[in-house]
Amino acid sequence: MTHAPTHDHAETGAAHGEHGAHAEHHELGFWRRYVFSVDHKTIGIQYAVTGLLFLLFGFSLMMLMRWNLAFPGKALPLLGKILGDSRMPGGSMLPEFYNQLGAMHGTIMVFLGVVPLAVGGFGNFVVPLQIGAPDMAFPRLNMLSYHAYFWGGVVMLGSFFVPGGAAQGGWTSYPPLADILPAGQTWWILGMLLLITSSLLGAVNFITTIIQLRAPGLTFWRLPFFVWAQFVTSFLLLLAFPALQAAGIMQLMDRVAHTSFFLPQGLVVSGQVLKVSGGGSPLLWQHLFWFLAHPEVYVLILPAMGIVAEVIANNTRKPLWGYRALVYSVVTIGALSFVVWAHHMFMTGMGTVMSTFFQTTTMIISIPSVIILTCLILSLWGGSIRFTPPMLFALAFLPMFGIGGLTGLPLGLASPDIHFHDTYYVIAHFHYVVAPGTLFALFAGVYHWYPKATGRYLSTKLAHLHFWPSLLFINGVFMPMFIQGLAGMQRRLYDGGVAYTHTAHVLWLHKVISFSAWGLALAQIPFIINFFMSRKRGALAPDNAWDATTLEWAAPSPPPHGNFAVEPIVYRGPYEYSVPGHAGDFYPQFEPGPETVSPIPGNPEPAHA
Amino acid sequence: MSSAIPYTVETRPDTGLNNVKLGIWIFLASEVMLFGSLFAGYILLRTGNPTWGKGSELLSVPLATLNTAVLITSSVTMVMAWVAAMERKLGKFRLYMGSTVALGAVFMVVKAFEYQAKFHHGAPPSYSTFMACYFTFTGLHALHVLGGMIINFYFGFPGAKMMATDPQQFANRVETAGLFWHFVDLVWIFLFPVLYLLNFQAPPA
Amino acid sequence: MDATGAHDHVDLKKHVRTYLMVFGGLMVLTLVTVGVRYLHLPVVPAILLALAIAIVKGSLVACYFMHLISERKLILILMLATVFFFFGVLLGPVLTELNEINPAR
Repeated sequence: MTHAPTHDHAETGAAHGEHGAHAEHHELGFWRRYVFSVDHKTIGIQYAVTGLLFLLFGFSLMMLMRWNLAFPGKALPLLGKILGDSRMPGGSMLPEFYNQLGAMHGTIMVFLGVVPLAVGGFGNFVVPLQIGAPDMAFPRLNMLSYHAYFWGGVVMLGSFFVPGGAAQGGWTSYPPLADILPAGQTWWILGMLLLITSSLLGAVNFITTIIQLRAPGLTFWRLPFFVWAQFVTSFLLLLAFPALQAAGIMQLMDRVAHTSFFLPQGLVVSGQVLKVSGGGSPLLWQHLFWFLAHPEVYVLILPAMGIVAEVIANNTRKPLWGYRALVYSVVTIGALSFVVWAHHMFMTGMGTVMSTFFQTTTMIISIPSVIILTCLILSLWGGSIRFTPPMLFALAFLPMFGIGGLTGLPLGLASPDIHFHDTYYVIAHFHYVVAPGTLFALFAGVYHWYPKATGRYLSTKLAHLHFWPSLLFINGVFMPMFIQGLAGMQRRLYDGGVAYTHTAHVLWLHKVISFSAWGLALAQIPFIINFFMSRKRGALAPDNAWDATTLEWAAPSPPPHGNFAVEPIVYRGPYEYSVPGHAGDFYPQFEPGPETVSPIPGNPEPAHA
Repeated sequence: MSSAIPYTVETRPDTGLNNVKLGIWIFLASEVMLFGSLFAGYILLRTGNPTWGKGSELLSVPLATLNTAVLITSSVTMVMAWVAAMERKLGKFRLYMGSTVALGAVFMVVKAFEYQAKFHHGAPPSYSTFMACYFTFTGLHALHVLGGMIINFYFGFPGAKMMATDPQQFANRVETAGLFWHFVDLVWIFLFPVLYLLNFQAPPA
Repeated sequence: MDATGAHDHVDLKKHVRTYLMVFGGLMVLTLVTVGVRYLHLPVVPAILLALAIAIVKGSLVACYFMHLISERKLILILMLATVFFFFGVLLGPVLTELNEINPAR
């Protein structure tokens, strides 16, 4: 039979602990099952839960910041006293503490929250199932990746408690400031080195898995768009993160070994010339940082687009419009994302040749992004739309990402960027893409795949209580920031810019934003309750909870070790909904039919069920 | 169906690869970008600096030439170890693998000696951006050498049991370790001229 | 190669001969690398020559020790793409800062 050789290797492999936790014949202890699991589903849930907790924590940091922005200098009752005199003497926030909150909010949301949830969580749980594989290609490496992430997170959180507090130099950690800040900045670097390692190992795993472990009949052109998105994302992580790894090592050397990678000669700090060799370049950090950080923002959005695509196809009962265009676009975005980075550096004094180059590539990259959004919107046309909770979030994603994307255009052009750089306009732009954009898509993913992971639906009533206030308040947070930015309000001012006359007329908006933010926090309570309560009390879901077409719905809910009792075979594309002449409004990929299965070249024909 | 991962040892027909070989090349791609970023830093710092350390004055070219020869030789012994693993010849394998580890150790000892000499002569990393580059780049490279040595030692000695039980998977693993080791050699092939040999008269300040 | 990627004995003997020849070539090129210094070439030719020699040496290691010359197309495509991005990160920063660089300062 086709897979007999594999089976033999499995036997010998098992003897060498190759498939440790997959030796399903004996029960695993607590540590091997929950802490050191090598099962992609357990690891995916670990990533997802940890990621969601970090998102909540990062959000809390920002809510604290919003207090000082709405009521600069005012004492914060209760919490202000708890945080102590080194952070909030008399309950009133110190600028240094505000900066710590700001730097850690950004770092935690991007590196400890969104990416682990989107890639580590959804990627790990869904991708092997959607390609019909028993697990990732390297299960133990997968476990290592999670632990690198987890301990990197511990280091990041620990940095709050070292003398001088956490990192204060922004999530961007620009030198020379970052080179001379207190110890927390070093902890930030060490945390980042661990997190980057986690992502790099994860990327190796994803790319190998998607190339090698697709089930028979699952050609690249039959892959769900979610898998394509994760595939491109993994390449971005693989090739871009090393630049920040290198820069982080150099910044570590500057801080610990007193080198001058980023320190120019003659730098004066607190009235004294710094005793270093000099000869370094602060701009070097910016180049290496943004070489990573620009592809990183596509890491933040592509899995989200993948999730939205899955949810829209499923809830319109129609194939996605423009599947090929979507695939070509996502690959193009991936490639182009490496050559736009200096649009974050227009104000650093670069010559017109280079600024022209980067603004041109930046304008070009908006084209495939618009193509993807357009295809997703056009996919709604003529559909039988089911307004399920995942669909609500997926639908909201479309205009929200539209706003985020469009407002990026003036930032990507060098001339308007002169006015907008480092203002609240930038904050509004990127938050629209990541918050009502990616985060909403991730919520859609939670509501969509929760039944697969647990065998139960999340409550629809609580979902509505989560969705509608969130949509309202999140716009209340970020829309006014465009107005503030247009007026010229600078970022990262701990008191929101009270000292500046040119923004005095938009200061009041800080209160609107802050109250919206606190309202947004309250709106998450129904979700948290739902998430935990539905595990035991949610309505039971069948294996194919949404009458969907992709492979993960062929597995039991939740899937056992090895996922599929019999290796699935793929007979058709991923979005065969409302197929003319077919009984029922969906035709799953894995359901046998009269179509020819395209086998893996060289493999014997897989046995038909 | 068992939960075994397919194509761990046997090759997938359409790609012609097994998972481990594909995985290590993907990993090496990230390493290319890592060292590439370091070289990018070097280029930016070097071109922006009118005064730049003269590698040949601050560093020992003979020692580094020796180290280059040592690493190249270790790459040969590494690939011979793989040949021995393919031939299922345990003794020959151990000899070559042991030599690879030993040569790696020689490299590290020479490096340690070089580092100590620099500190002794008052040229630590903080001395100049050139020394910062030298220590950081060769230091990161040395960490990779160390990692490779640990992996090679494992396969050469405690892990060599697998040659008896699963020889083809073992040979594949040795080949994979070899790919990493050769890459480390390859990086040094570029580090050596850039840091030790390429230096020019600084124009008058 | 069979389904497990194994080579047969005849193949291996040929490989060993190749490895030893490459070893010889690499040692010679190492001596050349060091010897080139004594030519006292001006800046740009010196850099180009040193890099050219290093690229030849690196290619020998990659093609023969790492078997890249007989490797599957997928790996070659992957590495070619990587090389493309490698040059991006290598040259991007310095090209952007060209107007700041004034060696005659």
